[in-house]
This record gives sequence, structure tokens and C-alpha cells, in this order.
Amino acid sequence: MNSSTSILQYLSISPPGWGGVLLTGAVATLLISFGAYFVGMILGLFGAIGKLGGIRPVGFVLNVYTTVVRAVPELVLIVALYYAGTDGLNRVLSWAGVGPIEVNGLVAAIAVLGFVQGAYMTEVLRGAILSIPVGQLEAAKAFGMRPTLRFRRIVLPSLIPNALPGFANLWLSVIKDSALIAVVGYQELALAARVAASNTKQYMLFFLAAAALYLAITIVSNLLFSALEAHFRRGHRPIH
Amino acid sequence: MDFSWIIPYRDLLLHGAVLTCVLLAISVTLGFGIAILLAVAQVGRSRFLRIAAKSYCTFFRGTPLLIQLWLIYYGLGSYLPHIPGLRGSFLWPVMREGVFFAAVALTLNFAAYQGEILRGTLLAVPKGELEAAKAAGMRPGMVLRRIWLPRAIRIGLPTFAGEVILQLKATPIVFSVTVMDLYGAAYKIRQDTLLVYEPLILVATFYVTLTFFITQVFKRFENALPTSR
Repeated sequence: MNSSTSILQYLSISPPGWGGVLLTGAVATLLISFGAYFVGMILGLFGAIGKLGGIRPVGFVLNVYTTVVRAVPELVLIVALYYAGTDGLNRVLSWAGVGPIEVNGLVAAIAVLGFVQGAYMTEVLRGAILSIPVGQLEAAKAFGMRPTLRFRRIVLPSLIPNALPGFANLWLSVIKDSALIAVVGYQELALAARVAASNTKQYMLFFLAAAALYLAITIVSNLLFSALEAHFRRGHRPIH
Repeated sequence: MDFSWIIPYRDLLLHGAVLTCVLLAISVTLGFGIAILLAVAQVGRSRFLRIAAKSYCTFFRGTPLLIQLWLIYYGLGSYLPHIPGLRGSFLWPVMREGVFFAAVALTLNFAAYQGEILRGTLLAVPKGELEAAKAAGMRPGMVLRRIWLPRAIRIGLPTFAGEVILQLKATPIVFSVTVMDLYGAAYKIRQDTLLVYEPLILVATFYVTLTFFITQVFKRFENALPTSR
């Protein structure tokens, strides 16, 4: 194989090294993941409130959403939504009399992954809200708190510790799912590694480098989430 | 909606569906075997084995399956022809195919996730039962084989169905290494007929049906076994 100097040359930040391409890819992966996670959390919050709200048709629609999204493989969903989303948007635009637009790859990736995350997030948040003791909600009601105040002051703070393990899992899965965006041609870390690898024929080197970057992201995320959980669980009884 | 392409492409679709099921069955069965080794190594006494198994699980759980697949297919695959003797061996026709690398990647990935679960359930087996086994004169190997592992697997059974479904949903990624699984078939149909949605809807329906089928089978299986502690 190569000497260590040539490995460093391949991985150097500036061209002809491919390190810069990989790092740009890693930044894109993080951007997609952050964006999708945020979109998913908003969708999940509304989804959970909708599911627990008790309005029949709303609950039915949300059930279809979470069931279908969680039963269909992510890859199929991402490809379908990617095409359906851009296609649908352009149809709406042409109907409104505006010409077709090229949808930004990053925005499309965030929207698609966020839609998928939303379904999982709905279930995590629903479970977390359900695990809040009913007495606390009744006490808040008895004090005359309105639903919004009750949600902000009682529900939200007490659901966070319950939802954190689920949030951590979803964060790790959105990072790994973001690699699937490579399939629709947006250059995030996985596709960047593939481009670098096929240009240099150093497949092992670049895929290992990409794996190391993913691993670094997940390990740092793990540490952050355990710190967060320790913070939000302060004053709680230990689980074990 | 135009589904008239189903008839001319039925063989491709059927092969794809079978291949998806085969990949699922192979990776779950072999992966479960490796997972047992990984779990036992993680709760065992040997420090070296513990660290090795832990690093394996961290690596495979911390990186996307797509990267693992490409690492194995393009990375390892480019070294295989250089191993002396392998090219002439009877294994070579199998080891040249993308589906071989796909099965390897799926198996190793499943083993890591299932290994972590079994590690947890091994630790969840009540101490008293292991002590009772020891008191009855069983050696460590026999305790593991007769009491510890069967109990741990049984405790982990309810999560097993979920893991198998996750694995099913992970399989379509193999199309990226030229494997004609069900999704690969849909991809080819899309390229040939320029229909975007219909093939995707068809394969999505298949995956959902199979998911439903798997949950039903496991429900039966769980009901037949006393899983309570």
C-alpha cells in the first residue's frame, strides 16, 4: 500500500488532497441533520399534541402519518419524497403562474428527512407527555392555568427528561439517515467520500476517513446527550 | 397511476422480493449468532475481548450502514483479488458478486445492534438464577449455555421483532452496490419506464405488508413462550 506521507497527501485540506472535500461534506451532514432534527421536532410537537388532543379525524391522519413513515424503509421514503416534493412544489408554482424553480438540494434534504423524523418524534413526545403524572396536570388546572401556560410551565419542563433518551436516539439516527441523501445526489459526507474515493481509487482510505468523521460526530453527541440528561434529571430519583 | 408495467417486469420484481427476504433471513440469522458472541464477550472476564467487542459495536452503531457497505464493497472488495489462491478457489464466483458484500455488511451491522441488546439482557437475568445454577454444580460454560443465554434471549425477545423490522427497512440500501433486490428492481423500472411514483408505491406496499407479517409471526411466537420474569 502507500507510505504514510502519501496518505497525508490524500487527506490534506487543500487540493490535490481531498480532506477539504470531506470536511465540507461533514459540515453538510451536520447542517442537514440539525435542520431535519429541528423540523422533525416542530412536526413532532404538533403531532403529539394532535394525537393527544382527542379530535378523531386529526388523530386518524396523524396515525396514518406515523404508521406509514415508520413502516416504509427510509431510503424509499427519501427518494419518493424528494421527487414528489420537488415535483409537487413545481406543479403548485406553475398553477399559481410562476415558472418552475430548481429546489435547493440542502433545503430538500432537510425537508425530506425532517418529515421522516417528525413521525418518530411524534411518538417520542407522545410517550413523554403521557408519562407525566396526571395529578400534576390536574393541579395546574386547579390553579387556573390556561392550556398554553400549562403547556409551557408544566408539560414542557417535565417531559424533557422523559423525552431525552428518545431524542438522543433520533439524533443519532438522523445523522446516519442523512447518509441516504447521497443516493439522491446531494454531496454530504458519504457522497463526498465516494467522490474522493473514486477519483483517487483509495476506497479503503476515504471510506475509513468518512467513518471516522461519523464516529467522531456520534461519540461527541453521546457525551453531550448524557450531560444534558444529567442536567435535566437533577433532583429526580436515580433510575437504578 | 399506471401499473401496466407490473406484468412485463413481474420476474424482476419477484426475484427482487425473494432476494430482499433472503438478505433479511441471512443477515438476521448469522448476525444473531455473532451478536451472542459479542454480548458474551462484553460481559465476560477477558479485558481484551470486552474492549474488542465494545469497539466493534461502537463502530458499527456509530457509522451509517451506507458507509459500511461501501467500505466493504469498494474497500475490502478491491483487496480480495490480491489474496493469493482466492481467485482460483470455488468461493470466488460468490465473492465477486455485490450481493455477497451486501450480505456481509448487513450481517455485521445487525450483529452490532443485536449484540448491544443481548448485552443488556444478559445483565438483566436475575443473579439468583445464576447462583442457583452454580449451586447445583454447573460449570461456567454450562451455566451460560443452559441458563444465562436462554434466559437473556427470552428477555430480549420482545425487542427482537423491532430489530428485524429495522433490518428489513435497512435492506434497500444494497441497491447502491448493484444488487437487484426489490428496491433495485423498482429503481430499474423507474429508469426504463420513467415512472417515478408507481414502482415506489408498489415496493413500499410490499415492505409494509412484510412488516405486518413479521409482527404477526413474532406475536404468535411470543405468546407461545412465557416471557415474564
